[in-house]
Amino acid sequence: MEWLRLVPYWVYVALMMIGLYGAIARGNLVKKVIGLGLFQTGIFIFYISLAVVDGGTAPIAREGWEGPYTSPLPHVLILTAIVVSVSTMAVALALVIEVQRAYGTVEADELAALDAEGTEA
Amino acid sequence: MSHPDVPALVVVVPLLTGLLTALALRGRWAWAAATLSSWLVLALVLDLALAVQHAPGGVVSYALGGWAPPVGIEYRVDRLNAFVLVVVAVMGAVVTPGARLGVEAAVPADRLHLFWGVWQLCQVGLLGITITGDAFNVYVLLEIGSLTTYTLVAMGKHRDRRALTAAFQYLVMGTVGASFLLVGIGYLLQVTGTLNMADMAARLLEPETARASGRTIRAAFSLIAAGVCLKMALFPAHTWLPGAYAHAPAPVSALLASTATKVGVYVAIRFLYGIFGRELSFERLPTGPLLLVCAAVAILAGSLLACRQRDLKRLLAWSSVAQIGYMALGVGLASKAGLAGALLHLLQHALVKGALFLAVGALVWRLGAARTDDLGGLGRRMPWTAGVLTLGMLGLVGVPGTAGFVSKWYLVTAALEQGLWPVAVVVLVGSLLAAAYALKVIEPLWAAPEDLPPPAGAAAWGGRESPFSSLVLPGLVLSALSLGLGLGLGGPAQGLALAAAEDLVPARGGP
Repeated sequence: MEWLRLVPYWVYVALMMIGLYGAIARGNLVKKVIGLGLFQTGIFIFYISLAVVDGGTAPIAREGWEGPYTSPLPHVLILTAIVVSVSTMAVALALVIEVQRAYGTVEADELAALDAEGTEA
Repeated sequence: MSHPDVPALVVVVPLLTGLLTALALRGRWAWAAATLSSWLVLALVLDLALAVQHAPGGVVSYALGGWAPPVGIEYRVDRLNAFVLVVVAVMGAVVTPGARLGVEAAVPADRLHLFWGVWQLCQVGLLGITITGDAFNVYVLLEIGSLTTYTLVAMGKHRDRRALTAAFQYLVMGTVGASFLLVGIGYLLQVTGTLNMADMAARLLEPETARASGRTIRAAFSLIAAGVCLKMALFPAHTWLPGAYAHAPAPVSALLASTATKVGVYVAIRFLYGIFGRELSFERLPTGPLLLVCAAVAILAGSLLACRQRDLKRLLAWSSVAQIGYMALGVGLASKAGLAGALLHLLQHALVKGALFLAVGALVWRLGAARTDDLGGLGRRMPWTAGVLTLGMLGLVGVPGTAGFVSKWYLVTAALEQGLWPVAVVVLVGSLLAAAYALKVIEPLWAAPEDLPPPAGAAAWGGRESPFSSLVLPGLVLSALSLGLGLGLGGPAQGLALAAAEDLVPARGGP
């Protein structure tokens, strides 16, 4: 069952690539933000998989249990990274709202066309 | 002997004053708080830099919260980051007072306290990245610096809505870059089991680590290199930069151009030399040639595109792409002289670009825009601003007597030392192209005919100089600093850069 242990890593790579594709190839700014979200979620799964120790339990000290425990460090790191990710989403969505107000659209190609007009004028 | 808590205060002071500014202060008081905080930070950083000079081994280490490294988070200041900290703090302390009028023109009065709060938080991020000795800390502070930067760039929206699309593009690329860095740090954590940079470097040197996890280390290296290139805007990951600098309010461009990408260059040096080590980065992996090619393209293409711009801010932004190329060139040469050249170029470009963007800010404040077509005869109408522009442009070219000449001299010498004459040619051609776009700015300033009508939109300003003390003086200070460096008065800075380069590339027997 060796392959089973690698499943989280495949999920992480797949999620990251789907997210990256969305962030780069999609024309709609909201979809780009969704792509970024997926991209970062993939990384969370990667870090959580790093923490696994064979036969380990949740890292909470318990009477009569000598261990092993899973490593708490990546968990803590990823809590921080989740906060960062949420803040990024907030700033990104705020920008999208402002773009919608200023341009009346959130489609990248229409925005590019409107910006090009502005340069010639 | 400086107080033992100084390293923490460098980050804590702007963090607290930034939050206080956003919550409790209004209008001009918010700006005053930002200025005071930036001066306090400069004093702390200078104190710290002196302490590093006298510390045993040239390292000041601070255990945050009393938790000893490598378990706890360590702030670790050696000669390299002392140098970069001084650059960031000096730029903050000079640009912040000079930014008031430009910001008041760009941001509505009821939002000013939030702007100045975010401005200080941006400095928290930049100073924190530079001072920390913990790899995960770098990621978190990088994101603090980046999120605030996106916000500051978007503040250009009141003058030009394109600031919004530029900020969004920057956000997408910046987040992807930071995420690559995060994954790379995760791989390093997996291989070494530590996040402390010095500890990481020591464990990566162990032969069994290298044998057992060679592939993971190479993957970590590629991911981190990609992430850092995006952050420092090295070609081909530079595409966010021209839009962001061109549409942000001019004072924001002055701060970012002189500090944000410089800190990116620092992170590159720290990871390549300080963590992976020179041997892995440059002898076992082809980083050197790759960096040199990217840098050469950045220098040539950036300078060529700068020549084609008519908007001054956009011209300066493209020239920044080229100047980052020079720094990458020095990093990629992987020799002591090359690194010293990169660090000196970092310092001189921070001073020069800061001064130039401040001068452009003074033009925008008077004229509402800064286009090369509008510069005719401004040498007579706004002599101080025009003087700062001229000196800055000459510095970008690297005319002898300016600081740009000193750093480019180091770079050319370093390239010739290794027999890489094409690199020296690239530096020279880049400087010639810089001369072309510099002339485009300098020539109309001073050589326009006497009877040239004042530029459009000039009725309101009556052809006067910008307010001296608040708009012109900071630019003059930066120009003076860069001239001093060029005329050989920059001994301490040059000594620090050379010492930092020597720490990273220890002298070895033989070539």
